[in-house]
Amino acid sequence: MEYVIQQGLNALSFGAEYALLALGLAIVFSIMGLVNFAHGEIIAVGGYTMVAFAALAIGNPVIVMAGAVIAAMLASLTLERVAFRPVRKADPTTGLLTAFGVSIVLQNVFLMFVSPRPIAVTSLYFLDWPIEIAGIRLASLQVFETLTTIVVIVALMLFLRRTVLGLAVRAASLDFEMVRLTGIKANRVFAMAFLISGLLAGLACIFIMARRGSVDPHLGFDPVLKAFVACVVGGFGSLPGAVLGGFLLGAVEVAMLVMLPQSLGGMTDAFVFMIVALILIWRPDGILSPAIEKGDKL
Amino acid sequence: MTPARPLIDEGRASQADRMLTIQDLHVFHGPIEAVHGISLNVERGKCISLLGPNGAGKTSTISAITGIARATGSIRFEDREISADSVEARIASGIAVSPEGRRIFSNLTILENLTLGAALQRDQAEKGRDIDHWFSLFPILAERRDQAAGTLSGGEQQMLAIARALMARPKILLLDEPSLGLAPKIVRQIFDLIGTLKDKGMTILLVEQNATQALKLADYAYLMSSGRIVAHGTADELGKSDKLMAELTGVA
Repeated sequence: MEYVIQQGLNALSFGAEYALLALGLAIVFSIMGLVNFAHGEIIAVGGYTMVAFAALAIGNPVIVMAGAVIAAMLASLTLERVAFRPVRKADPTTGLLTAFGVSIVLQNVFLMFVSPRPIAVTSLYFLDWPIEIAGIRLASLQVFETLTTIVVIVALMLFLRRTVLGLAVRAASLDFEMVRLTGIKANRVFAMAFLISGLLAGLACIFIMARRGSVDPHLGFDPVLKAFVACVVGGFGSLPGAVLGGFLLGAVEVAMLVMLPQSLGGMTDAFVFMIVALILIWRPDGILSPAIEKGDKL
Repeated sequence: MTPARPLIDEGRASQADRMLTIQDLHVFHGPIEAVHGISLNVERGKCISLLGPNGAGKTSTISAITGIARATGSIRFEDREISADSVEARIASGIAVSPEGRRIFSNLTILENLTLGAALQRDQAEKGRDIDHWFSLFPILAERRDQAAGTLSGGEQQMLAIARALMARPKILLLDEPSLGLAPKIVRQIFDLIGTLKDKGMTILLVEQNATQALKLADYAYLMSSGRIVAHGTADELGKSDKLMAELTGVA
């Protein structure tokens, strides 16, 4: 029984990380139809910010964490302004290629100007200690990660439902031009979406760094790939879908890790993606894909 | 009835009454020119109707006024040239639109649609009063305030679209085909509403294919065909002219 609970909590914390990142991809996709493959590099920016703090001998964990999150948000905003705004009206393919381009450029910037090798960041190890509650052994990091994700989801929901700019972000996923016709500045809506996306990447960065303890130029690649899969499973463009997809992927991954015999251990991802493929056969557009616009009611 | 002239009718209104003045407006969709140099005039507190068959360029004209479509020529709003302004700036200066096809935010609730309509309204109390006002006028919207707007019928969606536009407390309301695809009974309701708005002093530019109903309300009307204004005059003048029927039905 304890074992089941323990693995359940494992699944939750895996899922929480995917959900954080998937939400970041989904909120940008929902309003501009762009899969931001540079999301992983935004996570890396957070990681390198931690390195910079360490180099400056700033060890205060609050400053390090806040700094990483703020750096990720600024990086995300900057990408919107510099790279994505000029192609906003272009073909979706152009946006996709831009995202890949930005991703490659940033990775090379890290390679050339920082280091191709992993750099250790030890300032966040304190987040991870074993705790035991009623015979269940947990890592504190998993608890923090799950709780943070829940808080973020609730806060995001409140923002999207209670504020005018939040309503505009939701409305923009349906009809951006009409949002402009209510007088809300398009640039503010885009900037807000990228700001939120950067915030989510920054938070995920803290947990990724606390677990790995080092940063390299490809830090964000794997997590964002998984987040992309989570978005596809949940239904691309749907925010609840991104959350559901994230947690589902986490659960499947942990289930495979636990259930596969030792000899097949290296093939976990293959089995995970097989299950993802089965889900997509069942629901080709993802589980919670937004309803297809069937035209105006006349 | 006056034949179409490139310049606006100088004798009809003094400069001060003019709210919206359009001169030599060309509107483009990509490389295609949809409107070939029209001029028209909307006076404060009046209901001006823009009539014409499908594809005449009526919606293109509206899109040019709001800044959605690329256009050349002069658009003056309250004695200020706005043709170089962004869409958002034009809306902020007091132009509101209920667009063709209603374009309500079907994934948002009715209340959220109205809230977004008042996005530029800073006064929260005022916003609340406006919402109450529209809910009292359309009880059906009040009943379903927390339902997704996509669940409304076509007529209800049209009312929501008009209410959303008016939440901005605009100086001029652009109404694009408010009767399109609605049952006759609902069409009457919509035109009653437009009549009430006009009586309260709202300046309205009404784009319609339903010429009979539109001319009942309009103080002055322009008839468009193939991207040009082919006739204009008071509702009486235009209603009696053969040209109107000819253009709308294709029967000469």
